Amino acid sequence: MSMINYASREINCKLVYYGPGLGGKTTNLEHIYGKVSPNTRGKMISLATETERTLFFDFLPVDLGTIRGFKTRFHLYTVPGQVYYNASRKLILKGVDGIVFVADSQIERMEANVESMQNLYDNMAEYGYDLTRIPFAIQYNKRDLPNAAPIKDLQASLNPGWPIEDATRQKQTPDPAHPGENLVDKIGGEWVGHAPYHEAVAVRGDGVFDTLKAVSKMVLKTLS
Amino acid sequence: MAGAASWSFNENDFKQIQTHLLAFLRDSNARCALLVDRNGQLVATVGETPQFDPTAFASLTAADFSANDQLAKMIGEAEFASLVHQGEKESMYLADVAKRVILVVLFDQRATLGLVKLKAKSVVGELNKVFEEMFNRVGTGQAQQKGLLEGAEDEIDKLFG
Repeated sequence: MSMINYASREINCKLVYYGPGLGGKTTNLEHIYGKVSPNTRGKMISLATETERTLFFDFLPVDLGTIRGFKTRFHLYTVPGQVYYNASRKLILKGVDGIVFVADSQIERMEANVESMQNLYDNMAEYGYDLTRIPFAIQYNKRDLPNAAPIKDLQASLNPGWPIEDATRQKQTPDPAHPGENLVDKIGGEWVGHAPYHEAVAVRGDGVFDTLKAVSKMVLKTLS
Repeated sequence: MAGAASWSFNENDFKQIQTHLLAFLRDSNARCALLVDRNGQLVATVGETPQFDPTAFASLTAADFSANDQLAKMIGEAEFASLVHQGEKESMYLADVAKRVILVVLFDQRATLGLVKLKAKSVVGELNKVFEEMFNRVGTGQAQQKGLLEGAEDEIDKLFG
């Protein structure tokens, strides 16, 4: 739920990084924290266990700059990935404007990815939010590892597509990040939509800003 | 619903909020009052300027309130409409406003918890009215937003290079 404050001329939006445990959600935020100028970001708050596993959330406010005279600030949150922290994970989703799903590309983590994606759909549905209609991007992280699954397998499991029933959206939409691929396409007579995806190696920072930029744009587009 | 609805508030709303909170601070002897929305965004600060990072404070406040909400449900309560965190010198009182916003009152030994609670009750009533009015004019708010961010994409592109 974005908040527009006409008194202080600020727009605040909430982005949540979701995904299985140890997938790299916190690493994404740490990289952003390290790269963005200290003038444009706030303090990073991590509510973590002694072993640095996220217990409640990580939080990082980032100023995008002034747009139309309004200071545009994104509040980035991560959720705890471990299955048993669902109660706190659900709380963080409240009022979300955009979601990045950070998937762990390792073949061994495929099941954990699918379980976390299902959990995301379920938690969103409980708030009455429709994941297919809000800004949502998938990041396939850890692409440098030798046991990383091929993108087409990850896409088939995590981003198989959803039917597009709204006639105004039934038009072929190219994926700007992947030439030759479409975000909305007619497959077997049916219009199908996919979430945009990005490949990443978050520990090196590869793909981190591409993902953030893509989802931020989508969020601001919903306000324009 | 595709996602949560946005809301906005204008100069006049802010003035009304400020007037109510300034009167509350004067009557209760509290140092500072903050309004934080349930998603962790700071809406307003009135009174002494806090010495901490208000953005981080707001996100933790919302998390604190939400976690306590769930705890209330677990023990069979619909909600905890207010919370108190008492320290040796500094304390906080948190109260729900219109189910969407949290009033956070910071006070020290110059104020008593009893007085803060008593005065907070009436200011929460006033703020409920202001916020409900604000949420009811969502339609107008949407109209004001339209076109506000046209051309923003280029500016985002510039920011991220």
